[in-house]
Amino acid sequence: MNETLSWKEYLITRAIKVTGYSAIVFVVLIFFFLLREGLPTLAEVPLSTLFSIRWYPIEGYYGILPLLSGSLIVTLGAALIAIPFGIGTAIYIAEIAPRWMREILKPLVELLGGLPSVVLGFLGILVLSPFLRRLLDLPTGLTAFTGSLLLGGIAIPTVVSIAEDALDAVPRSYREAALALGATHWQTIWRVTLPAARSGVLTAVMLGVGRAIGETMTVMMVTGNAPVLATSPGALFSPVRTMTATIAAEMGEVAGGSVHYHVLFFIGLVLFLISLAVNVTASAIVFRTRTRAERILS
Amino acid sequence: MRKRIPLLRNRHLVQRLGFSLLTLMAALTVLPIIGVVLFIIKEGLPAISWEFLTAMPREGMRAGGILPAIVGTLYLTLGTAIFSVPLGVAAAIYLAEYAPENRLTRLIRIAIINLAGIPSVVYGLFGLGLFVLFLRFGTSILSASLTLSIMTLPVIISAAEEALRAVPQAFRTVSISLGATRWQTIRRIVLPQAMPGIITGIILGLERAAGETAPILFTGAAFFLPRLPHTPFDATMALPYHLFVISTQVPEMPFQIQYGTALVLIVFVLSMNLIATIIRSRARARRQW
Repeated sequence: MNETLSWKEYLITRAIKVTGYSAIVFVVLIFFFLLREGLPTLAEVPLSTLFSIRWYPIEGYYGILPLLSGSLIVTLGAALIAIPFGIGTAIYIAEIAPRWMREILKPLVELLGGLPSVVLGFLGILVLSPFLRRLLDLPTGLTAFTGSLLLGGIAIPTVVSIAEDALDAVPRSYREAALALGATHWQTIWRVTLPAARSGVLTAVMLGVGRAIGETMTVMMVTGNAPVLATSPGALFSPVRTMTATIAAEMGEVAGGSVHYHVLFFIGLVLFLISLAVNVTASAIVFRTRTRAERILS
Repeated sequence: MRKRIPLLRNRHLVQRLGFSLLTLMAALTVLPIIGVVLFIIKEGLPAISWEFLTAMPREGMRAGGILPAIVGTLYLTLGTAIFSVPLGVAAAIYLAEYAPENRLTRLIRIAIINLAGIPSVVYGLFGLGLFVLFLRFGTSILSASLTLSIMTLPVIISAAEEALRAVPQAFRTVSISLGATRWQTIRRIVLPQAMPGIITGIILGLERAAGETAPILFTGAAFFLPRLPHTPFDATMALPYHLFVISTQVPEMPFQIQYGTALVLIVFVLSMNLIATIIRSRARARRQW
């Protein structure tokens, strides 16, 4: 082996190893910058103000509870739509649909995943919200419910693709055994395939919900942007404002380094920690079941 | 006399009901997608003209074209590719070919999953903090591209790693046994075999970057800029942000221009999606292993 080649190879290998760690570096960097810009909030804004129910930054009211409740109620609504429809569609694609139907449905669901959220928000403003306003006889169509409907649509592709992978990964022999014992196709799906794929389906649900919490443009455009604390289920049909929408709507107008700026980064930090919790739990489920499966098979 | 079977005990009836329900759910999921796309095409098509695609906006964006937004999105997508493709593919090579199965590798995988889950607006905050303010790149194409790159990275890494892992082990064994080094094996044997999968992943990642608004809101997007950007340090208009602006911030905006902009945006994004799908299915058909 000639000298220059091995030297070059050494450098390339080094460089590749360094890039391998880039994902960790970026997660740490993001966390660091959110802390750096967000933590001063705790010194500048008294906790009693921060956890109050009034968000009115111009007069120094930085209560984030209405924003938390706004995110929560919109996400909850989205989950109620995305979970049944996402899992239902995944079961249909993986277990019931004929082959040609699968080949049509999978790219279509991917296409929904590829639609920019701003396009859905745009249609939400022009089409969905006037329709809902007339249908439900509301003072405005820009409500948490409108946001939930669109957000459900945004979360569905995530739920479908992960749940479908999980169902696909269930060994054929499981289904054959169930059918051989005289179970119907439906009983096999319900009692054998779905339980066997449950960790993957759970991951799908978590990541779908995570996607919904973090969605920004659609909710900013269609939920009406009213920072009011949601106290009853009826709040679903009134305007709300989410954490993501608040950051997106207000960050453009604040001075760097001001209290308002720090509070918006603090909200970003809260969002980051929520997504961290969701994703670490989801990957823990995946890793745990994988090692359990490996133990059983070995 | 025949004994009556209670309705829900009749398992074949239950099956038929269940299947109908699932079919209905799948239809309710998929039909609106087709509806949305067809609706935008129908409403947007009348707005599309040579002028609309190649002229500057006029009269407070209420007339003229959307050229700066189209060009801006092209620049941002290219800028994102420049940073995220080399980094993402190299990281994927590390994970697929070099990484040992240990705690650190597991941590890398968890980090990738986390990057993929971070809300897009949080990427915007990060880009503002690091690139715009700390590194003083200003509100620019550079800052926005870097921000979008980090957001795109997990998509590219996971897709490329999967493509690399799909190449059979025998290819590597044969290459090494013929005296090739590890890097030569990767460069000449594994990478070419995995290339269609890697390219598909890259396109899907860039597709997402091209359609995103939140990460560029405070890092590079301009509300109104009736000229083309000259350097990477200029701010730029972009299709998704422009659609947001004209549908929420500008009063008395003609609907036709709004739908036209939405149409151009989804054609841009969905044609990338289509190219990725075609590459994938052609590669699958040609594959010999």
